[in-house]
Amino acid sequence: MLEHLELFFKSIFIDNMVFAVFLGMCSYLAVSKKVSTAVGLGAAVIFVLAVTVPLNWLLDQYLLREGALVWLGPEYADYNLSFLSFILFIATIATMVQLVEIVVEKFSPSLYNSLGIFLPLIAVNCAILGGSLFMQAREIPSLGLALNYGVSSGIGWFLAILAIAAIREKIRYSNVPPPLRGLGITFIITGLMGIGFQSFGGMLTGDNEPPEDEQTPTTVKQVEEKELINKEIEDEEKAVSYNEVIKE
Amino acid sequence: MALLSKKDANLILDPLADNNPITIQVLGICSALAITAELKASLVMSISVIFVMGVGNVVISLLRNVIPSKIRIIAQLIVVATLVIVVDQVLKAFAYELSKTLSVFVGLIITNCIIMGRFEAFALGNGVWRSILDGIGNALWYGVILEKIGLFRELFGSGTLFGIPVLGDPIAKTGLYATGYENNGFMIIPPAALIVVGIIIWVQRSRNRALIEEA
Repeated sequence: MLEHLELFFKSIFIDNMVFAVFLGMCSYLAVSKKVSTAVGLGAAVIFVLAVTVPLNWLLDQYLLREGALVWLGPEYADYNLSFLSFILFIATIATMVQLVEIVVEKFSPSLYNSLGIFLPLIAVNCAILGGSLFMQAREIPSLGLALNYGVSSGIGWFLAILAIAAIREKIRYSNVPPPLRGLGITFIITGLMGIGFQSFGGMLTGDNEPPEDEQTPTTVKQVEEKELINKEIEDEEKAVSYNEVIKE
Repeated sequence: MALLSKKDANLILDPLADNNPITIQVLGICSALAITAELKASLVMSISVIFVMGVGNVVISLLRNVIPSKIRIIAQLIVVATLVIVVDQVLKAFAYELSKTLSVFVGLIITNCIIMGRFEAFALGNGVWRSILDGIGNALWYGVILEKIGLFRELFGSGTLFGIPVLGDPIAKTGLYATGYENNGFMIIPPAALIVVGIIIWVQRSRNRALIEEA
């Protein structure tokens, strides 16, 4: 339960899709002129992330990662298909978006009218593919957590686009220097909001250390192996958290 | 440019300023900003995008009469995804450290809107040669903006260029640091990239007033 709560807050505030990793910036900038359209796109992003991240988690778990094919028989234990993940993830996303579009059109024409025009855009929204790729890179352990991750990072994106759309509606009445109008000022405001969101980073620090290994290594070879493993852990951490990389 | 006719040369030169992918068309921001804290990563990213963009435009241009228009998005995504897998594997083989730094952002080239945008807008309607020029032109000037951002962020944030200290040693207080200069840690954090882009847009639009948006 606690890990669910932690992941939920972490994905919304600390690793916010827009402010921390710049995902989905294209549609974020293009569709944030009005609050109503921003809400529509945001809702569609939450929905599609909630569907595709768990689906891609299953793909990753039972098809792609090293040893994932072991359910076919012990001779498949050495297969590592993870180089195929880009193409499979994007195919899943494109298919799901089409499917969702058809289903929504059939069963809820009113929802289709409000979401409809955004759905095709979403297949090429970096936030969706990014959600699946980060899910894979962070090695999210269970299907429930993957669903949680999809929904909460979607909510984070929704909050971001809602906030910027509201600000852009108001800023029309301000005296912005002409060359900055429109795109320029939006970038700068997003930057300032990102700095604000950085302050959430202090919320969950302190438990990111890997647990200490109790066993004392006896031979030189073991020591070397341990160092190698530690180095790998460090490398993975680097890859996982962009924030940590740049602080170093 | 004797090799190219004037019209063809424009395909390459246009995206330099008046039709720049990042500052005017607002495409490809997603993977652009996250990796610009270091110049080296920006450079690798631009080279990857130039490769994907050039080859992808050729493939799509060759297939433009074969792809049914209803499923063209999926067809385009498959072409890009295949090329990006090639880039990813090459990076993992020859520049492992760097591929760790870029992590998922290599994969995100797939959804880089600039690539899909050029496929849709250009490669689907033009011949192979013009598509190559258009692809390389756009990706090249996209890369130039990336390096500009990377240059400012790395120089002011860490005092290095490509990892080589150029402003002296911040700990031993040599070079510029002897005068009391400090690195600006602000440039390293992600939001700084947005502000740097904002300022680049500001400068560009001040110099070319025709680009100013009606607010």
